[in-house]
Order: sequence, then structure tokens, then C-alpha cells
Amino acid sequence: MTAVALQVDDLHKRFDAVTAAEGISVTVPEGVVWSLIGSNGAGKTTFVNMVTGYIKPDRGRIQFHGSDITALTPREITRLGMRRSFQIPQLCAELTVLENMLVSCAINQDRKPSFWHPATSKDDVDKAMEILARFRIAESSNHRMAELSGGARKLLDIAMALYGNPKVMLLDEPTSGVAAEEKFPIMDRVMEALSKENVTTLFVEHDMDIVTRYSDRVLAFYDGRIIANDSPDEVLGDEDVQRYVTGTVT
Amino acid sequence: MSFLKSLPSRSLILFCILVGLGFAMPTWGVFLVTIAFAKGLVALGNVAMMRGGLVSFGQGLYYCTGAYVAGFMAIHLGFSDIFLLCLAGVFVSTIVGAILGPILSTYRGIFFAMLSLAVSMILYGALSKATALGSTDGLTLPGPTFLGFAPEGRALSLHLYIFTVTLVVAAGTLMRMLFDSERGLITLAIKDNELRVEYLGASVRATMSVNFVIAAALGGLGGVIAGLAIGHVDPEYAYWTTSGEFVFVAILAGHFSVGAIFIASVILELVRSFSSLYFPNTWQLALGLFLLLVILLLPDGLGSLMKRWSRATAAFTKKRI
Amino acid sequence: MDLLAVILVDGLIYGAWLFIVSVGLTLVFGVLNVLNIAHGSLYAIGAYTTASAVGLYFAQGGDSFPLGSYAVMVLAAAVVAVVVGPILERGLLRYFYGRGEVVIVLVTYGVFLILEDVMKLVWGVDPYFVSQPYALLGNIEFGPLIYVAYDFLVIAMAIAVGLLVWFVLNRTRKGKIVLAVIHDREMSETMGVNVRRVFVVSFSAGVFLAALGGAITAPMISVTPGLGVSVIITAFAVVIIGGLGSIEGAAIGAVLVGIARAASVHLMPEAELFIIYLVMAVVLLFRPEGLFQKIQARKI
Repeated sequence: MTAVALQVDDLHKRFDAVTAAEGISVTVPEGVVWSLIGSNGAGKTTFVNMVTGYIKPDRGRIQFHGSDITALTPREITRLGMRRSFQIPQLCAELTVLENMLVSCAINQDRKPSFWHPATSKDDVDKAMEILARFRIAESSNHRMAELSGGARKLLDIAMALYGNPKVMLLDEPTSGVAAEEKFPIMDRVMEALSKENVTTLFVEHDMDIVTRYSDRVLAFYDGRIIANDSPDEVLGDEDVQRYVTGTVT
Repeated sequence: MSFLKSLPSRSLILFCILVGLGFAMPTWGVFLVTIAFAKGLVALGNVAMMRGGLVSFGQGLYYCTGAYVAGFMAIHLGFSDIFLLCLAGVFVSTIVGAILGPILSTYRGIFFAMLSLAVSMILYGALSKATALGSTDGLTLPGPTFLGFAPEGRALSLHLYIFTVTLVVAAGTLMRMLFDSERGLITLAIKDNELRVEYLGASVRATMSVNFVIAAALGGLGGVIAGLAIGHVDPEYAYWTTSGEFVFVAILAGHFSVGAIFIASVILELVRSFSSLYFPNTWQLALGLFLLLVILLLPDGLGSLMKRWSRATAAFTKKRI
Repeated sequence: MDLLAVILVDGLIYGAWLFIVSVGLTLVFGVLNVLNIAHGSLYAIGAYTTASAVGLYFAQGGDSFPLGSYAVMVLAAAVVAVVVGPILERGLLRYFYGRGEVVIVLVTYGVFLILEDVMKLVWGVDPYFVSQPYALLGNIEFGPLIYVAYDFLVIAMAIAVGLLVWFVLNRTRKGKIVLAVIHDREMSETMGVNVRRVFVVSFSAGVFLAALGGAITAPMISVTPGLGVSVIITAFAVVIIGGLGSIEGAAIGAVLVGIARAASVHLMPEAELFIIYLVMAVVLLFRPEGLFQKIQARKI
């Protein structure tokens, strides 16, 4: 009986006239890789935002490895071990790739960030470079965000979130804005890093090839509700999903 | 060779040079640099916060607090020892900063600037009507003593100068270490993307509150020294244009080099002194134009020039080896 | 009861003045996203220009039609707007758009420093007195109290300005275009709006309102250097209280601050100099972006 990584019960959220979530309930076991699909406005990103504390649900409960996190802030949820990456990579534009990584390392190391220990000490730089190398963006270590490709920015965004051994990882559209030929290589690297640490992974995606190739299960969103929760083949073959999400019904 | 490059040894060399300069300069020069360095300390506090994206238009609050604490203690309590006055000024300013920091650190951009300005103007207004503290006339401070020793004339100026130089080199070195530290890098990250920093697990509010309190302490220290050097404190220390000057110096210097802050402060004092002597109706014009030029051409301040220069020298020496 | 009435009247008079002085600042921020520290200098230039113009008017035989001096005052403000507005906006500010709100604030701080000395060079450092327009309308008696009628003209002027701005923005086609630019500059541009022209016109309107504030104040005081320095932060406080970019906010903020200051003058004079900042601090503590906040779009 595997432990439950994330337990969501009856989430509701309305923004004035828009229903972003209506009765969302799902049980995510430890160690799985699931994907979330749905057209724009279906409620996928709102779900991610609520689960990571950026938005508070109107009703409902979210539990992370048994503890109630519904009222916690993003920072507290991060410290508990749930991390996320962003649809639009959230990087520090004036800092180099290496410095971005060093920030993540400084915050997520075992001791509290120091008032005097240099941020660019040899040990810290080596550690950061090692992670950058694992994601194969080490050559760009001295570049700033403006000089990176979409794929490299996504990888850095994910690498920063990954540092510190998270238990649950939420990836918001990891391959959007990435050139077609880069999509698989990027997902390969990311999934390799995540599976090594047995991280429970949820990713939001629009590309069904990515969905079928990398996820064990698919959650389909429509109009704030989950309309399907099954294996990729089952979900993509479902009539409602085809009508409302993939647009392949005849 | 690497010993000479380390920060403590560079600071020591700088200290010796500055002290030597003091003996070589005429008394008006010593006085000018002392004031410039005192104000530079306040601007250093501004830079500490600007690295996190917050521009405070109210550092005059701490500058004024420090100065008035020193004045009050010297006149009404009879304490004249400079070490004691500095400790008291810094202590009170730090308390004020510690109270205001957590509240103000939740504000951003224009609102932070205006709120910090508002608090400083409240002190200005209150002091202007406080007859016990001299109202708008302020207080006249006696010359400080140095652990029992009471110099006068040029000797007093030199004592004050060397005391200030010691504080500036020490504070500058410590702040340089802070800026290069892990917390310093996190502060820079906050300026670019607060949300990300929160999502990485650090508290933006806690980090900026610490920067805020440090800036308050530096402001208070600068105020004590300026008050003692000028010999007079008045509510103008908390007026928004005074705070504006500290912002001016911080912008001029940029956040890459601590030394640039004090150089910029000296430049400002030189321009002000000579202009009010020879061009009393155009010195603000000159400053304004200067500021516009800096914003246009050197958006990262004078310090960025020094950074480029040191990078170029490093690249050059690398090539040679 | 009497004291309350006095505080209300004093508060409304001061509030009316505050509104005229501040509305231009909030308008410019709303349209261009520029927080103009030089606003106080523009107010001062308005005062000086009016002092010169009215002085000239009466020297050239204006005594035969003294009420004409009021028209001269408005005209002086208009001249300042038409001359200074485009020079500042097209000639300087536009090179710094897109570098962030704070950079623009620093640029306007530089402009403030420059204009302070420009005024000294043009008008000298001696004070100017043009009190004829102030005394022209005589006095009004409220029981035992005597008020100068001109002060009530200021109230009428504030209401007129408020209504005019509201009308232009909400009921004219050009005004609605300005509102569109306030709400979403990029979208307006893609819909074919000449945003550059909207910027110049709006900024000049802001200059006019600042100069108008100075114009109506000139007869009440002696016009000296440094006039604008305290006005800037007073206007800021009102605009912050009301919410940056909100005209209604500026009106309510002005009345709030006016009454607070009047109350302070009569009840607690020690607080007179800082009551406005206290009100601002309190408002910001409860409404971090002022009374009328702009709606924020989703960030992530």
C-alpha cells in the first residue's frame, strides 16, 4: 500500500463569473508520474496554483503527505517538499544562469543562508555546476536569461525547483515555448532526474505525444472539473475528452 | 600576491591611504570629506535596500534620529564621548528600524518610497513643533571627546576624520562581505523575481527586513557623525530633500562597488560647496543635469565603471599568464 | 457645533486647493505611468508666470477691468502647459519609458532640480506680490468669522475642474480614448490609437492643472523660490491616499486631507505639519495601494 503524496478533496474556486474549480477531488500516490490535460481556461493552472498555495480555494482541502496545507503560503509548502516549475519560466533576469542556480542552492541547503559566506565559493559553484551539467545547460552558466533559448530557460526553471530533494514536483507546461525537436530531449532529461529521486510528478501539458510517452495516468480537466482519470489510452479514447480537450471527435 | 588581493588587506591599505590624506589636506578638505563620508554611510544603507529593489525616500528618518539622539545626550545629559554618542544613536535608530521594517517591507515600488517618505516627514513635522528640542532652530552640539581626550581646532577635525574613516572602512568592508554572501545574492534575486524567491523557500519579507534594519543602523551612525561634524542638528535632517540626496548618491554610485558610494558622496559635497560659493543659483541645475546624464549613460552607476575596469584588468592579466 | 462648521469650511477650502494641485499628478500617472516629482516645480512656474502676467496686466491698465485678471491667470497656466508640456514629455521623458517606474521618478527628480534653478535664473530670488485678484471679491461673513470670498472661488474652481476632467474623460470620444490607454496601453496601440499623441496631450493637461494650481495660489502668497518643494509631497500624499491614477480618489483624498488638516489646526496644532503624512500612512496600512486600487491581472 503506497503512501499518498497528495490528497485533494472537493476544491472549489470562482473568479467572479468564471468557475475555475468545481468539486475537484483526486488522490495522488507516491512516486507516480501523472499528466494534467485540458484546454485553456479549464482549470489546470488554477489547480496547480491552489495546490502550491498561490491561490486559496473557496472550499475544499489539500493534504500533502498527510498534513493539511490548504492555508499555507507557497514558501511554507515549498519547505515541506512540494516544488513547482512555471509555464513562463520564473528566472532572475539580471543574474547569470550560474547565479540563478546558486540562489536555489543557497536557500535549499541544510543550514540557513549565511550573512558572510560568499555565494560564489568554490564548493557552492561546483555543486551548482554539477546540477547544471545534469540538465546539460552548464555551457551557458555565464549567460543571462535574455541570451538563452526557450528550452534552456525551461530547464533552468526546473533545475532550480528540483534542487533540495522535493517529494512532489509540479511542472506547468514544461515543453511549451520549446522548439519541437527539443521537446523530447528536454523531457528525457527532466524525467531522468526526477525518477532517480523517486519524485511524485504531475505535469500540465498540451502536447499529447508528451502525455502518452511520459505519464502513467492522465487527468483531463474541463470547465473546472476533472472529467477523466485513467491511463493515457483510456483518457485519450474517451468521447468527452475528445470533444472538450483534444478536439478529435468526428 | 593573493594576500594583497584579499578584502581585509585591501581595506587596511585603503585605511592607511585615507588617514595619510587627512594629514595632507587643509582643514576645510578634512571637514568636507568627513561630512561626505557620514552621508555616504546613509547612502550605503540605501544601496543595501536598492539591491533588493526597494528605493527608500525616507532614510532621513534615521539620519535625523541619530543626530538628535547625539544632540540630546550631549546637551541635556552631558555626554560628550563620541563612542557613547555613536552607540546610542545607532541603538535608537536600529530599534526604530526594527519596528518599522516588518511593516514597510511588505510594500513595493512607489508605495514603499512614499510610505518611507511619509514616516520621515512625520518626524520632520513633529520635531519642527517640539520646543524642547529647539523646534525649527534645532540644537547646537558641542565638540565630541575621544575617550576623555578633548581636542580642538584642526586636531578635533582630524580626530573626527580618522574616527569616521575607521567606521567607513569597517562598515564598507562588512557590507561588501554581506553583498557577496549568500544572503546578498538572495537579495539581488528578490529585486528580479520575488515570487520565485518565495517559491524557492526563502522569506522575502524577512530578508528585506534585515536589509532595512541594517540601513537604519547605518543611517543613524551617519547622522551622529554629521551632527557632530557640522555642530548643529535641525528637523531638515528628516526633510524629504535630504533623503533625496542619499538616493542621488546611491543612484550615482550603483550597487556594484561600495567604494563608489563614498566617492560619489565626496563628489556631491565638492559640487555643492563650490557651487554654492560661486554659482548659488545653478548648482541644483548642475546636479539635475548630472543625474540625468548618469541615468541615461551609466544606468548602473559609477560602480559599474569600476566593475568593467576590474573585469578588463582581470582579463588582461589572465591573458598575460 | 460652531467649531465643527469652521473645521468643515476650512477643510473644504484647503481640500479644494489640494484637489486642483493634485489632480494633474494623478492624471499623468494614470496615463503615462509617470510619477512626476517635478509637478511641484510646474506648480511654481505657474505661480511665477501668473505673477508676471497679472503684474503686467495691471501695469498696462488692467485696473479698468480687474476681473480680467482671473482670465489672465488661467491663460498663464495654459501658456505654461503648451510650452513646457511638450518639451518635457517629447524632449526628455519619452527616452526613459520602458525602464521602469522608479527610473522615471529619478528622472523627474532631476528635472525638479533643474527647474528649481531655472526659475531662479528667470525670475530672480526676490519675492513677487500680486494680491489684487485675491482681494477683488471682498469678504464673506459667516457669523463671527470673516472669510475671503476668493477662497470660495477656489472651491468653485475645484468643482469645475473635477467636473470638466470627468466630463472630458467619460463623455467625449477623445476622453474615452485616453481611458482606454489608461487601462491597457498596448491594446490601445494595437487598436490604432495614437498613443504618442495621447501622451503629449495628457502630460500637457497635467502641466496645465499643476500650473493652474500655482496660478490660483499666487495672489494668496508671496511667490518665492522653493515654493514647489513642499507642494510636491503634499500632492503625492493626496494622490497616494486616493490611489494612483484615480481622479475620484484624488477628490476624496483631497477632502479627507483638507478636513484632517483643518481639524489639526484647530484641535491639535502640534500635528499640523505632519497630519497629512499620518493620514497617508494610516490609509496605506489598510489599503496598501490607496483607496481606489487598480485591478491587478494574473501574473503566473
